[in-house]
Amino acid sequence: MIEIDHVRKNFGELTVLDDVSLTVNTGEVVSVIGGSGSGKSTMLMCINGLEPIQKGRVVVDGVEVHAKGTDLNKLRQNIGIVFQQWNAFPHLTVLENVTLAPRKVLGKSRDEADAIAKKQLEHVGLGDKLKVFPGKLSGGQQQRMAIARALAMGPRYMLFDEVTSALDPQLVGEVLDTMRLLAKEGMTMIVVTHEMAFAREVSDRVAFFKAGKIHEIGTPEKIFGSPDRPETAAFLKSVL
Amino acid sequence: MFGTHLSPNDFVFLAQGAGITLLITFLAMLGGTVLGVIFGVFRANTPLWANFWLGFLLDIFRSVPLLIQLILANAFQAIARLNANAFTVSCIVLALYCSAYCAELVRGGIGAVPQTTRRAARSLGMTWGQDMREIVFPLALRIMLPSWIGLTLGVMKDTALVSWLGIIELLKSSQIIVTRIGDPLFVLTIAGLIYFIISFPIGRLGARLEKGWREND
Repeated sequence: MIEIDHVRKNFGELTVLDDVSLTVNTGEVVSVIGGSGSGKSTMLMCINGLEPIQKGRVVVDGVEVHAKGTDLNKLRQNIGIVFQQWNAFPHLTVLENVTLAPRKVLGKSRDEADAIAKKQLEHVGLGDKLKVFPGKLSGGQQQRMAIARALAMGPRYMLFDEVTSALDPQLVGEVLDTMRLLAKEGMTMIVVTHEMAFAREVSDRVAFFKAGKIHEIGTPEKIFGSPDRPETAAFLKSVL
Repeated sequence: MFGTHLSPNDFVFLAQGAGITLLITFLAMLGGTVLGVIFGVFRANTPLWANFWLGFLLDIFRSVPLLIQLILANAFQAIARLNANAFTVSCIVLALYCSAYCAELVRGGIGAVPQTTRRAARSLGMTWGQDMREIVFPLALRIMLPSWIGLTLGVMKDTALVSWLGIIELLKSSQIIVTRIGDPLFVLTIAGLIYFIISFPIGRLGARLEKGWREND
């Protein structure tokens, strides 16, 4: 379970997260929608401790992320994150990209790590690209590799930060298909996205972010069908 | 041929000089690279107020002509009765000189690795050290290598200055031959050729490594 409890986050004078609270239960898929700069991505960075917070707390499986003495490297093993820019390690092959963390962080042997990586890469449809360098892949393939790389750590949670926003339109589908598959398998996911149809289809709940606040959260039917807040309706009207 | 009296012994003498040039270059680059990596990593990872003085010190090594550094260092060690021989002094001064350049290469190389790539590594649970070793170092190396090769070639030619401390390296040994047999043009041409023969493979090695890396991108 991920509990975000009255979190406030500033970048200097700017308040990016303003008293945000959100609880994501195991097995749940929560989509986060909203305009650019509304704090959606920052919230993900706070969940795995990549960004410090100024107030409140984030608790993952009972561990307070920003408490002194929390082993962030250990915590992050349970929280996979995939970024807008896929961030491949360009000097490593696809297989090595995926095996690196299992070997170095989890201490797996090369054979064990290879087996895990192959399974995950086949899972995302890259079973035939093991020896290829990321530079030779399309954006969609690189993004799927990034998903496999995160999954190879065996995380309990997956965070997706606008993972299709930097892709050519014709490559978006393959990445969304991979995420759909994960959702179906019961992975707990927080998905920051601009893909409204996707959010509507896979989410258990949808949260609408504006100016660092969650304005409204509810089932996809509720948010997309009959939102309570005028801001939500206005946003949806502008993007749909 | 050419009416000179260059004997086989002279070639041995030149070869010995070239050996000294190579040895000093190697030791200077070895020490300079080790120190440069340490200084560069420190400079890349500490706030400005913490590394300002190191940067200032390294700037001195980069700015003062090498010849002055060599002569001053040799004079100081004599005054301080350190009993270091000219070879040791030369290697230390050149290593510090290299380290100043190398530190900036390393700092620049580390800075050129995208923050987002490093975040991806850390988000997989990798420690700062693992990120540096597995991601930053290999990527920075690709960025730094051409400049590092250039530094090596530059330092190899700079080693000619250690002859001021009485070390007989390649240039000095050729000058000695010139004073004996005359015909500086011929002897210096041979010395120049030897410098080239040493440099060429180093430059080619760098080009080859770069090409191999580029093929993967």
